Amino acid sequence: MTIWYTEEHEWISVDGDVGVVGITAFAAEKLGDVVFVELPEVGKALKAGADMAVVESVKAASDVYAPVDGEIVEANETLTGAPETVNADPENGAWFVKLKLTNPDQLSTLMDKAAYDAFCESQ
Amino acid sequence: MTQSGDTPLKKTPLHALHVELGARMGEFAGYDMPIQYPEGVLAEHNWTRASCGLFDVSHMGPCFLALPEIGGGDAAHAAVSAIIESLVPSDIAGLAPGRNQLSVLLNSEGGILDDLMICRPAAEDRQGMLYVIVNAGTKEQDFALIEQAAAGKASLRRADDRGLLAVQGPKAEAVVDALFPGAAELSFMEHRRIVSEAFGRVVVSRCGYTGEDGYEILVFREHADALARKLLSDDRVKPIGLGARDSLRLEAGLCLYGHDLDAGTTPVEASLTWLVSKSRRARADFPGAERILSQIKDGAPRKRVGIRPLGRAPAREGVEIQTDAGETIGVVTSGGFGPTLNAPMSMGYVAAGHTKPGTPVKLIVRGKPMDAEIAALPFVPHTYKR
Repeated sequence: MTIWYTEEHEWISVDGDVGVVGITAFAAEKLGDVVFVELPEVGKALKAGADMAVVESVKAASDVYAPVDGEIVEANETLTGAPETVNADPENGAWFVKLKLTNPDQLSTLMDKAAYDAFCESQ
Repeated sequence: MTQSGDTPLKKTPLHALHVELGARMGEFAGYDMPIQYPEGVLAEHNWTRASCGLFDVSHMGPCFLALPEIGGGDAAHAAVSAIIESLVPSDIAGLAPGRNQLSVLLNSEGGILDDLMICRPAAEDRQGMLYVIVNAGTKEQDFALIEQAAAGKASLRRADDRGLLAVQGPKAEAVVDALFPGAAELSFMEHRRIVSEAFGRVVVSRCGYTGEDGYEILVFREHADALARKLLSDDRVKPIGLGARDSLRLEAGLCLYGHDLDAGTTPVEASLTWLVSKSRRARADFPGAERILSQIKDGAPRKRVGIRPLGRAPAREGVEIQTDAGETIGVVTSGGFGPTLNAPMSMGYVAAGHTKPGTPVKLIVRGKPMDAEIAALPFVPHTYKR
């Protein structure tokens, strides 16, 4: 299992041809208190960079993008009832969706942990 | 840090304190302001409703409009009131000593150029002067407008040498009265000039922008930081940023100029008809009187209302409001999540005929219609000490 990161602060943890996607602790901290999460429908096909979910803090709404091409196979409905999980456990319990990868080669364009940490330092 | 045009951001007298407290800073109306402190918007919001919050509102525009000589009793008050009454629809001449009046600066079409607070001094020897507080984003144009109206009759002195601190919440009375004895005796929308050994001459005004009981304290710049630190040394007080200030005022149904109010909107449309005093209606002598009086008589084409989404998704500024049948009837001007309400809430304008609380509407959020209904304002009851 490998975890990759995007410049838009999503993480994707890949096992076989399925990736679990969420937003990073850095992003959750920047957003502040999350009060609403909108998730995509299962079966939806997305291109890398497409709008995938919406996360709203008290102050503002932010888009969450698909890190790579894929099809939604599961959405974490617990976030709908408990959006604060995004602040409490962003990189584990508060995963947003499971994505069946349709173009796994794209993963090589994403950052690994060390590269992402360096990227956040520069933000 | 710079804003567009590379003008350096202005700093309030509490700027160093905000940074020291770990605030996340951001630009607001040309100032580098605290958006939130480390505890975050939700905790700050809830603390203000439960205990007492300290807000730096020094970016706003306090000023004094004064006759060349003050102390002339009611006649002097009438003379200085006549100047400001040429710009606003409220009865300022009739204001009792020590009282504050919320009002609006109007253009010749009756559109709102800003909302402002106008205060009549309590002391007999201070008559002929008004203490006025305008919004941060509009203060340059407001000051110019007031100066123009005052030309040859009175002078406007900007209180740029002061800080303005708001202390809001159920514990505010005990907190402020301990530092400025007599503050507890003020009722809502009253102010006093108080001379304090520790903090110099201050103006303590019982008002605010949260729906809670509380005060705004005008203090000389050199004492502002010490006063803020003294307030924060009280366990009941925590610093609150602009993020929570916005969620608190929206729950209280209060307008944010430039969003819920603008130059194309009349007080009647803004559901602020109560600012148009009876005596001024009779005299019809304020800017845009013809339009405003005709709207009072026959109704306005649209009105500001509260809106409650029935789901959990907030509907923010710019969201279109439709009827169940899909007809566009208005737009959201402020929206977000209300921590005390524990639900999303919005404010906006809808066409006449759709303003009654309980009326079902659709909010078009990210292209999808969401169920909502028109709601009474405020969303959270005010707790003013009247």
